[in-house]
Amino acid sequence: MRNIWTIAKREYDHYFITPIAYVVAFVVLLILGFIFFAVIQSASQSALYGYPSVPDLTVLMWWFAFLLMFGTPALTMRLLAEEARSGTIELLLTAPIRDYELVIGKWLGSFLFILTLVAATLIYPIMLNGIVIGSFTVLTPMVSPGIDRQLLLSSYIGLILVAASFLALGVGISAVFTNQIAAFFVSLITFLGLFFLIGIPANLVPSGGEFFNYMVMRTHFDGAFNMGSIKLTDVVYFLSLIALGLFTGTTAVEIRRWR
Amino acid sequence: MIQVNGLTKDYGARRAIDNLTFDAEQGEIVGFLGPNGAGKTTTMRILTGYMPPTDGSATVAGYDIVDESLEVRKRVGYLPETVPLYNDMTALEYLKFMADLRKIPNSEDRAYETLETVNLHERANSFIGNFSKGMRQRIGLAQALIHRPEVLILDEPTIGLDPAQVVEMRNVIREIGKDRTVLLSTHILSEAQQICDRVLIINKGKIVAEDTPENLQSRLVGSQRVVLRVRGESDELPAKVSKVKGVRDVEAKADGSVEFEFSAGQDVRPQVAKAVIQAGFDLLEMRPIGLSLEEIFLELTRDNANGKKA
Repeated sequence: MRNIWTIAKREYDHYFITPIAYVVAFVVLLILGFIFFAVIQSASQSALYGYPSVPDLTVLMWWFAFLLMFGTPALTMRLLAEEARSGTIELLLTAPIRDYELVIGKWLGSFLFILTLVAATLIYPIMLNGIVIGSFTVLTPMVSPGIDRQLLLSSYIGLILVAASFLALGVGISAVFTNQIAAFFVSLITFLGLFFLIGIPANLVPSGGEFFNYMVMRTHFDGAFNMGSIKLTDVVYFLSLIALGLFTGTTAVEIRRWR
Repeated sequence: MIQVNGLTKDYGARRAIDNLTFDAEQGEIVGFLGPNGAGKTTTMRILTGYMPPTDGSATVAGYDIVDESLEVRKRVGYLPETVPLYNDMTALEYLKFMADLRKIPNSEDRAYETLETVNLHERANSFIGNFSKGMRQRIGLAQALIHRPEVLILDEPTIGLDPAQVVEMRNVIREIGKDRTVLLSTHILSEAQQICDRVLIINKGKIVAEDTPENLQSRLVGSQRVVLRVRGESDELPAKVSKVKGVRDVEAKADGSVEFEFSAGQDVRPQVAKAVIQAGFDLLEMRPIGLSLEEIFLELTRDNANGKKA
């Protein structure tokens, strides 16, 4: 366990000295900022026309998941590919740590970075709800009597599972390649496929379409967690993807030893 | 400390090392001598747990390298040929990371101590990316030493260093080798002669000779060749030298120096020196010409071809 933590901590710290992580965080937060603005705008517009509504944070969460699809490959591409290219993998593979500890540590490091990013977005629901620090009312609530916290929690759990799955698959793909760019594009294509495209064959095949439908990540997030429903089948789906990614990574590292 | 038995490694159809057997005791510095592609790095990678062997077995510090790989890795310090460094870390951060991976308590203190050992503590907070080749090599060594391993495996530790750094690195290795087992690879014969207690010569994945550096050379050579240089004219020198008993193959070189040979075991150099001085020459230089690694290889492969054991 301690080995996993040592690796994870180094990766987490490393994100804060690499421009790519800042670029990902900046772009994601910038776009989410626009979306948040648009969400509020649309709610206030419809109120003007006599249809009162509340700002819908699930729109924001959907966009966040969508952006993660592009952002996470940039965060995971170098994790193991760069170690292989620069030869530092030799250091890690001759250190007294197990291959899976290395892979899980890499994944955990990137996951903690994404959690930091996710934590930064908590500002939006906090703004909507209004916050009180000490005796100073910083903001008055925009939504009264407050937003649906259970739905918000469910959305965030789903979002974190989406991120964790992307990152695990990204680490696995990074372990296969020695070229970061290759790892990036293969990850991106995999995520695009998983998020929407894998559902396309469902309508084309005569039977077994359920499998393809089940594999579509979007329905497990947008049609479940982001609607406030936490079901075991969706949780299992994401946990399976995480396990698959980490297993692929560990196997790729082991294969590297035998080559 | 290191026992290797019939170790074999295939990369696809190519056999990188073939049935290697050797051992190394505690406090012994063993040199692995061979040309590029001889299998030195492969052997070291197997012994450090980086890759498993195709066949054969080995124990390091009493643990099997395949079944107890983690135990072996805890006890081995390894400096790979391409020094594995993170350029975006400072020297201290890097060593602290390595110490943490080895679960060393007070890792930062240990990292700093190790930096002192390799004389880099003044650059503790500099980024490794800005280091010179020599400094990179030293921090690589520090990384291998950080857990005070029983066995140290160094792949070409002096490659790419300037002469002063080479001397320094050799001194550090000799110091470490006093109480620990060191296995180092090199393709420089004089280096092996200077620091190693024992030399294994490896070629095409096979050990072709194993002995102390001195024995190896005299066994291979049988006779010693010496170059002699005097001040001024040396036309008569070959004749004078030839008269000394035991001297053979006298040869005058174009640059005015004279070379001769004598059988190993009967050193005629004092007599030659006396004769030269008595003949009125000012003796400037007399030095043995060692065999180069290439010559040793030619020698060894020739012997093998004749069916003799080198």
